[in-house]
Amino acid sequence: MTPYDSYRSFRFGPRKSSLARALAKDSPLRRLDWIMILAALALSLVGSLLVWSATRGRDSLTHGDPQYFLYRHLTNLVIGIGLCVAVILLGTRRLRTAVPFVYLAVILLLFAVLSPLGSTINGAHSWIQFGGGFSIQPAEFAKLAIVLGMAVVLSSRVDTGEREFPPTRSVLQSLGVAAFPMAVVMLMPDLGSVMVMVVTVLGVLLASGAANRWVVGLLAGGTAGALAIWKLGVLSQYQIDRFAAFANPALDPAGVGYNTAQARIAIGSGGLTGMGLFHGTQTTGQFVPEQQTDFVFSVAGEELGFAGGLLMIGLLGVILWRACRIARQATDLYGTILAAGAVTWFAFQAFENIGMNLGIMPVAGIPLPFVSYGGSSMFAVWIAIGLLQSVRSQRPIGI
Amino acid sequence: MSNIPETGRTRRVTIRLVVLQVLVLSLLATLGGRLWYLQIRNGKEFTEKAQGNHIREVVEPAVRGEILDASGRILAGNETKLVVSVSRTALLQQKDKGKAVLTRLAEVLGVPADEVRNKVRLCDAKTPQPCWNGSPYQPIPVTQQATTQQAMQIMERREDFPGVTAQPTALRRYTNAEGASAAQILGYLSPVTDEEVTKTADKAGRERRLPSDQIGRAGLESVYDDDLRGTTGVDRLEVDNLGRVIGSAGNTPAQSGNNLVTSIDARVQKVVEDQLAQAMAEARKVYDKETSRNYIADSGAAVVMDVHTGRIVAMASAPTYDPNLWVGGISAKDYEALNSKDSNYPLINRAIQGQSAPGSTFKVISTTAAVQAGYDLNGHYPCPKSLTIGGREFKNFESESFGDISLEKALEVSCDTVFYGLAYDQWMKDGGLKPKKDAQDWFFKTAHEFGLGAKTGIDLPGEVAGRVPDRQWKQAYYDAMKDSWCEQAAKGGHEYADEIARENCADGNQMRAGDMVNFAIGQGDTLVTPLQMARIYSALANGGTLYRPTIGKAVVSPDGTLVRDIAPHEDGKIPAQGKLLEYIDQATAGVITSGTAAWKFTGAGWPQGKIELHAKTGTAEVAGKQTTSWLTTYSNDYAVVMTISQGGTGSGGSGDSVRRIYQALYGVDDKGNIDNGKALLPKPQAELPKFNPDGTAIVPTTFSYEPGATFLDPAPPAQADQPASVLLAAVAPTRGGGYGRGRA
Repeated sequence: MTPYDSYRSFRFGPRKSSLARALAKDSPLRRLDWIMILAALALSLVGSLLVWSATRGRDSLTHGDPQYFLYRHLTNLVIGIGLCVAVILLGTRRLRTAVPFVYLAVILLLFAVLSPLGSTINGAHSWIQFGGGFSIQPAEFAKLAIVLGMAVVLSSRVDTGEREFPPTRSVLQSLGVAAFPMAVVMLMPDLGSVMVMVVTVLGVLLASGAANRWVVGLLAGGTAGALAIWKLGVLSQYQIDRFAAFANPALDPAGVGYNTAQARIAIGSGGLTGMGLFHGTQTTGQFVPEQQTDFVFSVAGEELGFAGGLLMIGLLGVILWRACRIARQATDLYGTILAAGAVTWFAFQAFENIGMNLGIMPVAGIPLPFVSYGGSSMFAVWIAIGLLQSVRSQRPIGI
Repeated sequence: MSNIPETGRTRRVTIRLVVLQVLVLSLLATLGGRLWYLQIRNGKEFTEKAQGNHIREVVEPAVRGEILDASGRILAGNETKLVVSVSRTALLQQKDKGKAVLTRLAEVLGVPADEVRNKVRLCDAKTPQPCWNGSPYQPIPVTQQATTQQAMQIMERREDFPGVTAQPTALRRYTNAEGASAAQILGYLSPVTDEEVTKTADKAGRERRLPSDQIGRAGLESVYDDDLRGTTGVDRLEVDNLGRVIGSAGNTPAQSGNNLVTSIDARVQKVVEDQLAQAMAEARKVYDKETSRNYIADSGAAVVMDVHTGRIVAMASAPTYDPNLWVGGISAKDYEALNSKDSNYPLINRAIQGQSAPGSTFKVISTTAAVQAGYDLNGHYPCPKSLTIGGREFKNFESESFGDISLEKALEVSCDTVFYGLAYDQWMKDGGLKPKKDAQDWFFKTAHEFGLGAKTGIDLPGEVAGRVPDRQWKQAYYDAMKDSWCEQAAKGGHEYADEIARENCADGNQMRAGDMVNFAIGQGDTLVTPLQMARIYSALANGGTLYRPTIGKAVVSPDGTLVRDIAPHEDGKIPAQGKLLEYIDQATAGVITSGTAAWKFTGAGWPQGKIELHAKTGTAEVAGKQTTSWLTTYSNDYAVVMTISQGGTGSGGSGDSVRRIYQALYGVDDKGNIDNGKALLPKPQAELPKFNPDGTAIVPTTFSYEPGATFLDPAPPAQADQPASVLLAAVAPTRGGGYGRGRA
């Protein structure tokens, strides 16, 4: 089969009614992965309800308007979908050439955060505030930039056919591309995001076909580094306790231990079908701090129960399964890496976020993709959906 | 290029993508599994935690029932106070542990910040008073005297005072109705202990003790706690993380406790309290030749009993205290003072908890015993000035001799040697030092039949039983004391105590002649309470029935309807019946007219012809102390008993006061004129008080007793007039219990 350019057929094909064209076998709409899009949309809408439930009583945040966060979340969703469509329309190829500029722009944003333009929320200097209550968190976009940047570097020698696998030089370059924004995010410090980035880098390297030694080396290096930090006493006991508080909330009862304990009570009391939206006592009573962002899953656990929680994990599973399929079916390594990077990013971030809600992962300030309140996260994940769609659009029809 | 497939994937990449997919799947599976574990497997545990998290039980204390006197006067009631309390739990959740809040609170209350801070700290070994020694989860009262303005300031600026509440609260108030304190009868309340809270934590409703509860700890408050307490209301509030109320999860309203109507008459109670204090004050002015100092009169008790029902009309104990000290938590200083030697333990109700030898007041029992043993009521018995028994000489008071006299006369003049002789005779018949197996023990048996040596069963806590020093007691006491006696005996000293120890070590379990004859005149190891004597003399008055003494008369609901009647209860009959009873009646009337108490009654103008009184005086020996004064009396309606420790003779110590109590009851003035209009209670109150529709009692508008107006006649007792009140100077100390001292 020959590579297929959808736009050409769109422009020069026989004229049909727009509906017919949209439904035609070769229609670009038919080339989209609607299952993934619907899953992401469903997850985002469920998220808007959960965010609503978590915030409608928090007058200090909502300025007295119970629907404030609902509307903001839906606005973010609409913008996110718009960005997604833009990415699809732009197409993989044009984007591929624009990656260096995207990367540079993100780096500039990151530096802006460190400059006096940035502001601090919850101890992390990670935000840029705009007027009117709008702010962005460039670390979310840095995840995108890393995946895009690494994909371009790693695939360059392979997609041109020079090499079967990314050569050492490409691997080192790609690690450099990843390390730079990670270092800046680390300085904020936003360790949760760095954690997601490290795992995403691993996933990207794995999918790129880089030699085993790189994957294993990076794993070993990371583990050794973590061990060294712990053993060399760089961290105080307080910090270690804080980190370990997810397993034993009593270690840090006033800090994250409180969050963990309250989130666990919320989820645990949900039972099979939950207490019903807006009827969770933990949520209504605002016992779980940061419940609209990092601990949004606890709302689902309490008010929608095991069924609702499982549904959300299932929807995430659908997105990840479709993304894996896209990675396997991509026509070039660039597409494979993009898709696999997005899979690793989503999967780990979701696992970490839900895991900390369930008390099996340490608490880190990262949002649950699609669900948590937060514009930057919403934009970043929908852009990633757009990237996945455009990678899919490249593959021949029929696969 | 040939080995690059169209899809841009090598085999290695494909495998790795599968690995990635499997990893992703397992992560999701892990989450699902954990979710199941938390929600399905352990869901119950978390549901409970969530409940405890967001439900706060706000306890609404029930208004405690009132304690009323027989006419419905409030003896113990409630008054509403604005109580400002601080929750330690809420304070500790604040960043500065509540420092700022307490400082603001102190400002509003107008007291130093330290004072408030100290009040809410928890007591421990190192913390000096003031500190909080209740449950740390219970709101701690900072003041119970807040003004309305202060309370408003606190409640209107709730955000400035997290953890602080100002609520009107019903507090106990002991009213001193008609001036009567009735402290030891009413008792007091104190907060529940942590232990009581945990012990009843699994109970429901009334059975469950809440940290804010107060419990009756003494007196009627304790015995009738169940009736008075009511049911605590519980408001189950849904709160958010800051404790702000966001909804209600149901509530149980508080139910006021029932009221207790007692047989106490507040006015009579006031007279009795005053007269007891007066008698003690007078006794302290009297010189005691034996100890070469004035009488100490350290404590005393008085009881007025309705002879036909056993109901207590008044009961006083001295020294006394202000029961309101307990309201709202007693201070450590006050508590210490109430439990110290200096104050002589005013919490003790000496009418039921004070016991001493009854002295000659016991002779009505000895007389009955003699008749039971077969001695002729009409016989004549020698009353020499002394009797030698078991090698010791037992003398009469001031070595008086009356020749051969009847039992009636023996009672009237309180001749000891008559009873010595009778007791000795009985002791010999029972085998003397080698007692028969079927020893009759008429004297001990009769004492038991009069209810001595056992609790009367009055509805007050902590009553003591007294003691009848019979053979069983003797043996038990010997078994307990033998080792220490023999140890002292072995030291070979020659002090009096050493001699006693030597004798006791050898055969202290034997009932000796001395023990027996001492018992016959209410000495030796005999111990009785004033209430036991009141009950016995009531029985003499009512034809021989021993009633169970009661103070509670009825339990009445807050709206005034009868819940429960507390009926008089007959416990049995005394063995003195019929002729014997008449005989004793006559003899004890003789005590008033010509006997040991005559100078305080008919001699002081008592109209014996119109209102017949009966009495027996007693002056009991106590080792190492001055004599105990006893006066046991009765009319057709009341038995009045007064006793004063180290108070002198029976008639001298209590005669005037007991007469004045009768004067007040029957409206008799000092010249013997009877004015029924001035009588406080010529007949005991039989009816329950009437109640208004709102539950308050309709108190009759009767006059109150005016102390000093007509009844108080502080005529000093003329020493020369003093007849032969029983002084046991001649009684040699018994070897048994160490009571009595070697005065002979």
